[in-house]
Amino acid sequence: MTARIGVVTFPGSLDDRDAQRAIRLVGAEPVALWHADHDLQNVDAVVLPGGFSYGDYLRAGAIAALAPIMTEIKDAAGKGMPVLGICNGFQMLVEAHLLPGGLIRNAHQQFIRRDQRLRVENADTAWTNAFAAGEEIIIPLKNADGGYIADEETLKRLEGEGRVAFRYTGINPNGSLNDIAGLTNEAGNVVGLMPHPEHAVEPGFGPNTPAAMRSGEDGIKFFESALAAIARVAA
Amino acid sequence: MPTIVVDVMPKPELLDPQGKAVSGAFARLDVDAFTGVRIGKRFELTVEGEVTEEILATARKVAEDVLSNAVIEDVVGIEVVE
Repeated sequence: MTARIGVVTFPGSLDDRDAQRAIRLVGAEPVALWHADHDLQNVDAVVLPGGFSYGDYLRAGAIAALAPIMTEIKDAAGKGMPVLGICNGFQMLVEAHLLPGGLIRNAHQQFIRRDQRLRVENADTAWTNAFAAGEEIIIPLKNADGGYIADEETLKRLEGEGRVAFRYTGINPNGSLNDIAGLTNEAGNVVGLMPHPEHAVEPGFGPNTPAAMRSGEDGIKFFESALAAIARVAA
Repeated sequence: MPTIVVDVMPKPELLDPQGKAVSGAFARLDVDAFTGVRIGKRFELTVEGEVTEEILATARKVAEDVLSNAVIEDVVGIEVVE
């Protein structure tokens, strides 16, 4: 049976179609979900896409985190459904308290867009199991509010429990504490990160690599990981 | 019409990039009277009629749950002004 992965569109979402395309490229069926519905349409996993929901008003992701569909997503996440938050989606996950900490304006106050090197720190989650632990990948980063912060106690707990899923390497582009680029919840089914795997899934459209211009497709493994996680649940 | 004013500030121990940028501008303007600048938010909640205890309690609740994020911000004031 073809896995069905939902992508929620909020007012101001930008990368929902890219996420749908990435899902299609790994052979799954993308399902468009709407923020104002209370219906996950029986999907096997959900992606909260990037963008600027509600124009980043109040706080990035804060108003979207209160959307009707978030009730069902929180419920499903609690029951183990794989949920991936990308950029604005990561901001929604922290605002919805599905992941700890907060995301604030980049330390240098600028919007940033670059091909970013990351280290996969935890390769045991629903969205990272196709990677090797410690593997370095390059995917695009583009945001204004990407500075990850949490109090010292939370940081210690996250590090101790292996819940830092991705860390910036080379440079820290936004002042994130402990170079944190992405996190997982305790169960490993909810993952959020600032950089964009869905923009690195197809040769010709990804980041530059030493091999060729725009040939980077490290992001595809996020979606292959989810397929493996869904297959494991079904088995 | 009565208004409930809610003030929210970034937590003191956290970096406030906007405040830092204003500090930088002060330095360029040779304004050296201040050792720091922090920028917060002011919300004005308008109420029709009297501000009852119940309405104030609702204001406190939304101040904590919606208007601020306790991870990065503190509600530093809730005040009724006419």
